[in-house]
Amino acid sequence: MSEIPSELRYLSTHEWVRIDENGDAIVGITDHAQQALGDMVFIELPEVGSELAAGDEAGVVESVKAASDIYSPISGEVIAVNEALEDAPETVNNDPYTDGWLFKLSPRDEGELEELLDSDAYAEKLEDA
Amino acid sequence: MSDKTPLYQAHINAGGKIVDFSGWALPIHYGSQVDEHHQVRQDAGVFDVSHMTILDIDGSQSKSFLQHLLANDVDKLVPYQALYSAMCNDHGGVIDDLIAYWLDGDRYRLVVNAATRDKDIAWIDAKASAFDVEVEERSDLAMLAIQGPHALEKLANISQEIKGALVDLKAFFAVELGHWMIARTGYTGEDGVEVMLPAKEVVAFFEKVLAQGIKPCGLGARDTLRLEAGMNLYGTDMDEDVSPLAANMAWTIAWTPEDRIFIGREALEVQRGCTKEKLVGLVLQGKGVLRHGQRVITPEGDGIITSGTFSPTLKVGVGLARVPKNTGQTCEVDIRGKLLPAKVVKPCFVRHGKRVVE
Repeated sequence: MSEIPSELRYLSTHEWVRIDENGDAIVGITDHAQQALGDMVFIELPEVGSELAAGDEAGVVESVKAASDIYSPISGEVIAVNEALEDAPETVNNDPYTDGWLFKLSPRDEGELEELLDSDAYAEKLEDA
Repeated sequence: MSDKTPLYQAHINAGGKIVDFSGWALPIHYGSQVDEHHQVRQDAGVFDVSHMTILDIDGSQSKSFLQHLLANDVDKLVPYQALYSAMCNDHGGVIDDLIAYWLDGDRYRLVVNAATRDKDIAWIDAKASAFDVEVEERSDLAMLAIQGPHALEKLANISQEIKGALVDLKAFFAVELGHWMIARTGYTGEDGVEVMLPAKEVVAFFEKVLAQGIKPCGLGARDTLRLEAGMNLYGTDMDEDVSPLAANMAWTIAWTPEDRIFIGREALEVQRGCTKEKLVGLVLQGKGVLRHGQRVITPEGDGIITSGTFSPTLKVGVGLARVPKNTGQTCEVDIRGKLLPAKVVKPCFVRHGKRVVE
């Protein structure tokens, strides 16, 4: 079974978002997504400084098995990307919710968070799938 | 419902993630496909390949039958030697690729692909009717591939009998131990063996293999290992509409003696020297992963990636591609709308743990 932390918000396309102590939004992919994709080999991240709208394509995670687009859960400016993934993409497999984060946004509208799935709703999505 | 090999429960117990593969429930990996890949390149791993179809051929005309059935010539063999061959249709397309063993006397053994089992057996049975031969499917046997630079020394620790069998076993040769057969063959580009044994004995043997530190490996690693080794996968790199001449299998066609009339010979003679395509290796320059079906762009025209992956050993995208015959040393690959440069190489990337491309 995959892990679904209760403090995060989710997209049905298997991204998660966490608001940190500075009010920034950290985005990654879920444990379920990394399990389904298998060993990560290459991760394409958005450019720092670029503006993303909620639902925009933000990058690509590519595993030995398949390539999968990553969507931005909310709107905002990209203020950091996880550069450590360039040399160690497997971090997304090992720690999808912590060291395996993908990029950080400065949220434009925190109200968008309310439209995302909570952990129970995401868990339900996985069961229906 | 998928068929299960005798090791189904053992795979679950070992943490195998089970998927359907050509109607068989088999592990794609036991945690990490990439770790299993490195395990085989650097040490030793074991694959359950019991889904593969084993056919025994016996009878007074078994040799002449196989000389008719296969594009390669079993006359090259000495007892217990193995031969890789295409089995072609009348148009010179590949029905399947297989390994043929001459055991002794009139006894031969074929190992064919699981995905093509039904059509292979139908074809072979139909062709066999004109010869004095018996074709017997050995579904009573299981098969393990034990591969890697330390595979043989670890296996030898299991018993004196196995140790004795391995001592003088040369590459592409087999030995029989009662109802067991151990062949120094494989699909990884590493040293190793394939063991065919009674299905009822395979669970106990698998445990002994694991106890030697030989780790279980899934079909995912099997695919990246064979691709790094530049070995074709039937149905992906060639099929009934592809000539062995356009699938890097020309070396497996035995043209001499000229009076050996094998199935497909007439069509292949016509194609010989004038095929328009060839199967090459590609190494992606820069980041990305090559995938089956991606378009290859060359000044001579378009080609297509037949097998692609991310090479865990080379840490770049590699693939096999069917391209125009005169393709030079570079090309471009269309990866989700972006054209990325790739180098054209001989279709073999890694052998015996070492890279063989720049």
